[in-house]
Amino acid sequence: MGFWRKRPKCALRPLHLNVEEGEIFGFLGPNGAGKTTTLKMLMGLVFPTGGSARILGMDINDSTVKAQIGFLPEQPYFYDYLTARELLEYYGRLSGVVGKDLSPRVEKVLGRVGLPDVGGVQLRKFSKGMLQRVGIAQAILHEPKVVFFDEPMSGLDPMGRREVRDLMEQLKAEGKTVFFSTHILSDAEALCDRVAVIHLGELRAVGAVADLTSGVQGKVEIIWEGTSVPASIKALGAECHITGDTVRAVLAEESQDLALDVLRRERLRLVSLVPVRTTLEQYFVEKLKRSEKTAGSLV
Amino acid sequence: MNSRIATIASNTFREAVRDRVLYNLIGFAVLLSGAAILVGQISIDIEKLVVINLGLTAVSLFGVVIAIFVGIGLVSKEIEKRTLYTVLSRPVRRWEFIVGKFFGLAGTLVVNAFFMAIGVFAALLYVAHKFQKPDGWVLVALYFIILQFLIICSLALLFSSFSSPLLSAVFAFSLFVIGTFSEDLRNFAGMATGLTKWLATAVAYLIPNFSALNVISSVAHGQPVSGQLIVYNTLYALLYAIMALCGAILIFQRRNLK
Repeated sequence: MGFWRKRPKCALRPLHLNVEEGEIFGFLGPNGAGKTTTLKMLMGLVFPTGGSARILGMDINDSTVKAQIGFLPEQPYFYDYLTARELLEYYGRLSGVVGKDLSPRVEKVLGRVGLPDVGGVQLRKFSKGMLQRVGIAQAILHEPKVVFFDEPMSGLDPMGRREVRDLMEQLKAEGKTVFFSTHILSDAEALCDRVAVIHLGELRAVGAVADLTSGVQGKVEIIWEGTSVPASIKALGAECHITGDTVRAVLAEESQDLALDVLRRERLRLVSLVPVRTTLEQYFVEKLKRSEKTAGSLV
Repeated sequence: MNSRIATIASNTFREAVRDRVLYNLIGFAVLLSGAAILVGQISIDIEKLVVINLGLTAVSLFGVVIAIFVGIGLVSKEIEKRTLYTVLSRPVRRWEFIVGKFFGLAGTLVVNAFFMAIGVFAALLYVAHKFQKPDGWVLVALYFIILQFLIICSLALLFSSFSSPLLSAVFAFSLFVIGTFSEDLRNFAGMATGLTKWLATAVAYLIPNFSALNVISSVAHGQPVSGQLIVYNTLYALLYAIMALCGAILIFQRRNLK
């Protein structure tokens, strides 16, 4: 070790994870958390030192399972001497799509990812976003049952991201299972049925997005019409923001009735009162902070 | 051949054909064949000998250079650029990838050799005005050159499966040079004694015997090549290439693609 071979690094600790058929599953974690390593293991690109994984009930080392999965690697790079059409035909043949089926399927998938007119253009002339779309096309070309996307929104503009989100929802509607890694939490929140949070190679949480974000923070948000904040509301310790002729105040749940009394007394028109819920981002940040503290206390 | 191997082989062939470097090399080879005519014309009475020698040497040397420079990047470039991820995540076994790459490169070299051989024969026709029966042995020399290519391809792939392109090029080219003098090495092993004898013998048998595959000089002199040598050389080259390929597969099967 050391001189002849690189020192091994523990990229992933024991990871127990089940993904249900037909769901969109988000694999969340900061950079270097182990998301890509997990995906590479599932694809047979790197070998785990122990453990096993099954896709559609089959061992990942069983090559027949690979005909039923699609994979988009992070920041994909393709043979740039090929045109988009040639590349997809190449991947199609490798996935067992042959004969008359191949050409129509390539055209269909090019249209599906928003590249219907550039099939004959060499990939070296493609932008990063276009390459990402080609990457998505090659992953779904052979109509796999399970699709793995590693950072699928990377390099895409807002329109492109929206289109990929729509595509993932379509895949789900078609009964396919979508497993995607991301660190863009808004995408995960908008798309996923369930998510897993991984950090420093260790699984920190797993569950439905709604469950993870359902926890109220013991605070309420009150919005009313007005241009100033009554002193008695400030005295309740509220964080207030005035925007135009509305005031937004966040305060402790137990002060809610007192604040409402003040608004009635001052004859201020109430717009809304809602409990403050945890966003996926807040949940994520909280989880990471906690896990870093745990890791720190162990050192 | 299974369809996945054929698909990978045809893509490798397409990559080589679209690579501009390749055309430069072929251009050089054609130039050298042209030069053979020129040199042939100023070599009184030995025009044919010079044309065959220079022409076939050009075919061999440029083929080897192409084999090494394309071969060393076949696996490492795919790993470096991560194009391999989308191939191996499909129902493609790692050995199929290696074998497909081998056939693709070998096919490229055979096609190149074919076109360069046309150049050699054109040059031969130009200086001799007609073909004679002994000129047929030039085809055997070309066949042996192709056998050399198969060995070089498999070695380039073997080195490419575990080493960087630069080191692979150094290893493959060194083996080609040493292999060209393998007959001398065998003679040296015959004369040496003790441990040196054992070592020299081991090295002589381990490195590819390219000198046995080089009949350019005798063919240029119009000497025939024995059928036995053709059979032995064929078996030797195929066996050596298969063994090198098996080595490449064994290494690549265990390799983590980071």
